[in-house]
Amino acid sequence: MYRYDQYDQTLVNERVAQYRDQTQRFLAGTLPDDEFRALRLRNGLYIQRFAPMLRVSVPYGMLSSKQVRMLAHIARKYDKGYGHFTTRQNIQYNWPKLEEVPDILADLASVEMHAIQTSGNCIRNVTSDHLAGVAKDELVDPRPYCEITRQWATFHPEFNWLPRKFKIAFSSTTADRAAIRVHDIGIQIVRNDKGELGYQVYVGGGLGRTPIIGPLVREFLPELDLLSYCEAVLRVYNRLGRRDNMYKARIKILVKETGLAKFTEMVEAEWAHIKDGDLKLQPQDLERMKSHFTEFAYDKNAAADTTYADRLREDSAFAAWAKRNLKEHRQPGYSIAFVSLKASGVAPGDITAEQMDAVAELSDQYSFGEIRSTHEQNLVFADVRQQDLYAVWLRLRELGLATPNIGLLTDLICCPGLDFCSLANAGSIGVAQDIFDIFENLDYQHDIGEIKIKMSGCMNGCGHHTVGHIGILGVDKKGEEWYQVTIGGSAENDASLGDRTGPSISRADIAGVVEKIVDVYLENRHSEDESLLKTYRRIGMQPFKERIYNTAPAAEAIA
Amino acid sequence: MSALIRNRQIVPNDVTILDDEAAAPQNGNFVVSLARWQKDNAQLRSLSVDVGVRLPNTADLTTIWAELEDRKLIVLDFPGFADGRAYSQARLLRDRYAYKGEILAVGGAVVRDQIQGMQRSGINSFLLRADQDPNVCLTAFDDFASAYQRATDKDMVIPREHRRSNSL
Ligand code: SF4
Repeated sequence: MYRYDQYDQTLVNERVAQYRDQTQRFLAGTLPDDEFRALRLRNGLYIQRFAPMLRVSVPYGMLSSKQVRMLAHIARKYDKGYGHFTTRQNIQYNWPKLEEVPDILADLASVEMHAIQTSGNCIRNVTSDHLAGVAKDELVDPRPYCEITRQWATFHPEFNWLPRKFKIAFSSTTADRAAIRVHDIGIQIVRNDKGELGYQVYVGGGLGRTPIIGPLVREFLPELDLLSYCEAVLRVYNRLGRRDNMYKARIKILVKETGLAKFTEMVEAEWAHIKDGDLKLQPQDLERMKSHFTEFAYDKNAAADTTYADRLREDSAFAAWAKRNLKEHRQPGYSIAFVSLKASGVAPGDITAEQMDAVAELSDQYSFGEIRSTHEQNLVFADVRQQDLYAVWLRLRELGLATPNIGLLTDLICCPGLDFCSLANAGSIGVAQDIFDIFENLDYQHDIGEIKIKMSGCMNGCGHHTVGHIGILGVDKKGEEWYQVTIGGSAENDASLGDRTGPSISRADIAGVVEKIVDVYLENRHSEDESLLKTYRRIGMQPFKERIYNTAPAAEAIA
Repeated sequence: MSALIRNRQIVPNDVTILDDEAAAPQNGNFVVSLARWQKDNAQLRSLSVDVGVRLPNTADLTTIWAELEDRKLIVLDFPGFADGRAYSQARLLRDRYAYKGEILAVGGAVVRDQIQGMQRSGINSFLLRADQDPNVCLTAFDDFASAYQRATDKDMVIPREHRRSNSL
């Protein structure tokens, strides 16, 4: 993974000093409240329902064991002993003290980490496929491009005061695991028919109040033009994005209101001026960056192992985990192992300091000392020899991190909701637990197959509910918690927004409604291979609606 | 009273920004709004003093550059802490139009915590918000020794350093 050089390290250290000074001026009363707010947000510090919340950047989900140990240390020393992985591959702490944040940042800086631009109206953490570099369906490793973009975006002087937040994601695989089309800029790395590398550029996707699947703005952008093109997009946005209404300030609204053709024309015109300037990458820039992401020294004999097959035969619990929580690696004899952060009784994405330490230890022993965080709020050991999987599983099971539910119904993603977030209309963690209780039986979950449930506590959509196969959105009804349900969303290649089932559902009924949706699906699917998404697209909303609201077909007037 | 920083020095405030209704002073340089510059152009150009132009942060430089080209002072507006539009205007002036004159930042966001970004975008003088201590503000320019993006001459540009060390 990428390691800091002296420049990166100095910059992060200087940032700690700068933020310490800002905090001191705020505490001394010389920095006004609203200005400190804007500044602390650019360092990931929110003031939430009960306490500040600090969001730490995990660039494109890559972590070293040393970094994870530091995250554990921070959880113990400054927080209540745990952290929470988010849908943007970052980690959040829910109970830090404002006065101590500079010290936390200093600790982070000591392991090449920071909280820079994890919030605020600026360019946020660059995200990508959590299987980058090991995925079988990958064209090239996207991480060097992510890192180049991360550096360009870090403290970009022109784009620190944008109309609204700005998110960039990369994908380099046929199956999009980075949800690029719901990002402000989504970049698909491609090869053109001449065999040259480059990018398809999507602009103006996003979730939140006005969910939009991002349209294609450029069919093929040459590899060396990555930064100049991003700069052109950002410049058009910084100048023309709406600033009069926070809910219309994302670039998706600019694209929509301007019209795709006109918007594209403006970007291209801007780009024409700067494309051959010093933002143009040189081949050596790419080579340098690619040298940070070379393949590990894999064990050539890994595939000769037979113990793994034996274990699978002998231990059905292990086999169940292997079936669900392992993915195929490119390297024969290796597997990608998922660490499930979705156990019953735990908020999705939460992990304790002890678990973090143990995960770090496991990665040192079995996965080259690296860990990844995923968009679905789990962790990944990307490079485990098959002969080691049993040992990894045994330990994960002891830790409560081996729930064999990756991709299944209880592997749901959800924002912090009412429990932590001051913007929330309704709780999401409690609903997650209710769903867990209903679908407790893992065999049943396996029969149901892959269903992505996504849940947000408010319209901001941090839980990406609009692209969940089943989406759940917390709404406020006269001070009570209610939920709007959608079916049919997807953040993958066939990206689509979910459709609302109808009137919102009470807190008491919401988990039951999920069960009804699953029942209708099971009754109607042609085979186990027909996903909920496919079934829904075939049979439409009506059967679901009838079951959810107990309406007989005849009584139903208009959908 | 607002302090003025020009080229990283605290200097006496010698900038007179005229209201659109105010009469032009008899002697001394002054600044007018873009609207007034366009409206009274012939008359303002006939004066023997230097007239600077203050741009609203919504002004599209591609359409007005020809009218500004020979100005010695262009004033950019940062009306609120969160409104960063003029950063792009500064970049365009320096990068696209190779403007060599003075760019002055005015407005509510001209404070300790923004002026380094402004400087890196090409602004070289700052009319500080009234509550700002100019000596504290001067320290802002030293917050970072280098940057990932091309910036002012003083700062090290990290990608450039990499390319250089690569070719050694
Ligand atoms: S979706 Fe709403 S409630 Fe949930 S974390 Fe985001 S802002 Fe908070």
